[in-house]
Amino acid sequence: MVRALGLLFFLAVTWLLLSGIYDNNLLFWLGAASCLLCVFIARRMDVIDHEGTPLELGWRIIVYWPWLFVEIVKANIDVIGHLLRPTLNISPTLIRSKTLQRTDLGRVIYANSITLTPGTLSLDIDDEKGILVHALSRAGAEGVLTDDMNRRCAALESDRLHARAQKDRTP
Amino acid sequence: MDWVTIVSGVLVIGGAMLTVVGAYGTLRLPDLYTRLHAASVTDTLATFMILAGLAVPSLFAGEWLITVKLVFILIFLWFTSPIASYSVGHAAFFAAQKPKLDHDLTDGEGDAA
Repeated sequence: MVRALGLLFFLAVTWLLLSGIYDNNLLFWLGAASCLLCVFIARRMDVIDHEGTPLELGWRIIVYWPWLFVEIVKANIDVIGHLLRPTLNISPTLIRSKTLQRTDLGRVIYANSITLTPGTLSLDIDDEKGILVHALSRAGAEGVLTDDMNRRCAALESDRLHARAQKDRTP
Repeated sequence: MDWVTIVSGVLVIGGAMLTVVGAYGTLRLPDLYTRLHAASVTDTLATFMILAGLAVPSLFAGEWLITVKLVFILIFLWFTSPIASYSVGHAAFFAAQKPKLDHDLTDGEGDAA
């Protein structure tokens, strides 16, 4: 129920920010009705769970995003340097990065962060073997193997999220 | 020219130039996987710089609703583009198009057909 209300809140905020028209009663109530309809449909489809509305991530993800942004900018500069060098100096490398995350949501955040950082690309996620990563250079691959991002993504998962994931998995 | 125009112009032109660099890299690199790396430059930093360049004037004109919409665009793009890259890379890898590698630090998964 809390989760449904949370989804309703985020939908309402999104609608208000995108519309920008606050002095028209008809539009306002139509917006409210569509938010309610969305929550109703999401509930019927049973997609209001810890993955659809990850409220448990909370402030942790807000702290994580700026760090990820800085990493993306640094990786971009590195890859642009590779692309513009007169002679290509790439050393494509394939590695497996063992995931430290406990939930699927954490693993997806980690895999997407790897892909979002230019120079590294996740190709496959396997629970036992870890994430298959293709890197543009050996240095980039070794950056992934330091597990810095891996640990940060694991730290995103609170115990509440883990407990919730267990509960959502068992029908 | 006031400085808002200059900052915005520098960001948009910089983003456009990064897009060209990404396209150049896509043509220059040898195989699909390395080309995806070049394309991700266009996906991330170039997109951010163009959107930031568009956001600066609207922010200083007090049109913050436009800024919010640009932020939404950035968030949606940065959420969806890694999933698209993953799909392309995953499909290619398991359709037996093996990458050209210098180092394979897995148990030989790069060679398996």
